[in-house]
Amino acid sequence: MAIDRTLYREVPATRAVWSAGLVLGAFLAAGLAAFLHVEHNGHVVTGMSNQIVWGMPHVFAIFLIVAASGALNVASMASVFDNAAYKPLSRLSGVLAISLLAGGLLVLVLDLGRPDRLLVQLTHFNFRSIFTWNILLYSGFVAVVAVYLWVQMDRTVHPRWTRPVGTLAFVWRLALTTGTGSIFGWLVARPGYDAAIMAPLFIAMSLALGLAVYVVVLQALCALSGRVLGPERIAGMIRLLGLFVAVVLYFTLVQHLTNLYAAEHAGFERFILRDGGVYTGLFWGVQVFLGGLVPLMMIYSGRVNRPGLAALVCGLVILGGLGQIYVIVIGGQAYPMELFPGYAVTSGFFDGEIAAYSPRLPEILLGLGGVAFALLATGVAAKILRILPSNLSDTNPVTKV
Amino acid sequence: MSCGAKKDVSRRDFLRSGAALATMQLAPGVTLMAFGGSEAQAAADAGKRWGLLIDASKCAPDCNACITACQDENGWKGSGHAETDVQWIRKVTLKDKSSGRETSLPVMCQHCESPPCVDVCPTGASFKRKDGIVLVDKHICIGCRYCMMACPFKARSFVHEPVTNQKTHAPRGIGTVESCTLCVHRVDAGRIPACVEACAAAGHGAMVFGDLLDPDSDISRRLAEYPSVALRPDLDLNPGVRYREI
Repeated sequence: MAIDRTLYREVPATRAVWSAGLVLGAFLAAGLAAFLHVEHNGHVVTGMSNQIVWGMPHVFAIFLIVAASGALNVASMASVFDNAAYKPLSRLSGVLAISLLAGGLLVLVLDLGRPDRLLVQLTHFNFRSIFTWNILLYSGFVAVVAVYLWVQMDRTVHPRWTRPVGTLAFVWRLALTTGTGSIFGWLVARPGYDAAIMAPLFIAMSLALGLAVYVVVLQALCALSGRVLGPERIAGMIRLLGLFVAVVLYFTLVQHLTNLYAAEHAGFERFILRDGGVYTGLFWGVQVFLGGLVPLMMIYSGRVNRPGLAALVCGLVILGGLGQIYVIVIGGQAYPMELFPGYAVTSGFFDGEIAAYSPRLPEILLGLGGVAFALLATGVAAKILRILPSNLSDTNPVTKV
Repeated sequence: MSCGAKKDVSRRDFLRSGAALATMQLAPGVTLMAFGGSEAQAAADAGKRWGLLIDASKCAPDCNACITACQDENGWKGSGHAETDVQWIRKVTLKDKSSGRETSLPVMCQHCESPPCVDVCPTGASFKRKDGIVLVDKHICIGCRYCMMACPFKARSFVHEPVTNQKTHAPRGIGTVESCTLCVHRVDAGRIPACVEACAAAGHGAMVFGDLLDPDSDISRRLAEYPSVALRPDLDLNPGVRYREI
């Protein structure tokens, strides 16, 4: 067995690190204030309604949860797929995965109508509900990744354990994202959901979003701590990101082609693809163009070894992912359910109408608070734990353990 | 309640019901049962399946008697925020796209035999009684709204604002989900739902309530005699609410 010469060191407490922490802390405080405001006054102060029952908090929460499983890609590349170049990046991968998941769950819990009943949720389980299964999958994910980190970080644990534990974490993250996609895939009532492709689509999204978030966080941590980050190391991950972005586009294409073929889904497809206003704009403009085609063109033009361009690619993929989740979550609810096929339906309860939704500040702040929590938790972990190598230059030798 | 149903009540349910009864004795006028799962189940008769038959041809377009009666009975009302106001029952107007013919009918919880809201509820707060009535246990609803995403009939509402002047038999709470209870408190007392009573009082008689399992009940005889439909029959949920003359 060769010796791992990568040295992991805590991030030093520089002025830049403190400044970033304060900014994130401010966002987290704003998110908590927004939660208290909604808790005190009721959800009437948000843009959500009895038509759009899940809003911006769910867009952020699902983004974070999906990105969480994807952030583990980097560790999986090293442990499961035996790519030594990713080995020094594994620890941050695990920490980021747990932090993103915690941030997403925080938003979900704080948006509940009765967040004070969290204990009720932890003591009453309906095993026919995919939500219940997700609670077990999320908790298990945190436990498995924590063990995965311990196996990697504790020098008394033999390195042969890294691969089996990493494989378990990889399988678990696939199950987790299947569960997240199935929240929508198993909803038979609404024309925008009720599709088995939701699970693999969400897995593809997680691969892309998680890696994009990872690269941005890695760049930020290295910049804040003044550490060298080799452009080729980043370029390798960006090329992988290109593959994931292409897979997301492929599943999106299949999703809509399948729907277009069935006459019963034609109305919903016209809504998303042509007549849906903001949803159509987000689909074509943000999800497909800015979040899909532009990053692909940038990646395959071969200039992503420039750090700025790599960050831009990741930013666009993240933006596209947020747009995609917004279209799925909000667009899927905005289109009316067909209770009476063949009839034009009207009522005092917005039957037959496209539901309106304008996110308000409290729900946006709550969502951003979850993002801030995830980033802050990662930063604190990098400050107190040895998860980030001191030298990530392209010439630093990395040996396979 | 039939003797057969009594046998179904477990010792735990019996003790829970006793505890609930004791609590009610300690706090008269305040019901703490709040459609708690075991208590509500204990009151149900497994030998019955309660249902509604709604005759759209008898439903007057300008009549809201069923909605008003439901509001009065169960203590819900609009607060001026149409998009967030709760709606246990609503009048829907249908216009045939080819002929232009208009029909009016009420839509509420369809009390499905296989309710998607019950399947998706993570805590089991959404539950179906043995007599087919679908309810929300207000004690353990966490307000996740997944049931609202899953209901194909848009029958459930989330309480967006603080509620006042609640009825003791129909407890409500901000941050929880609610829907038509089929006036379970009246049904358990041998009465019919308020909407059905009001529709008859208004002279329309468009709504019939009864036991779908009893072949001699009025609703069963009418269902056997005339064609009727369930909403979203493609989902095969076997709702307890049926419509005719749509």
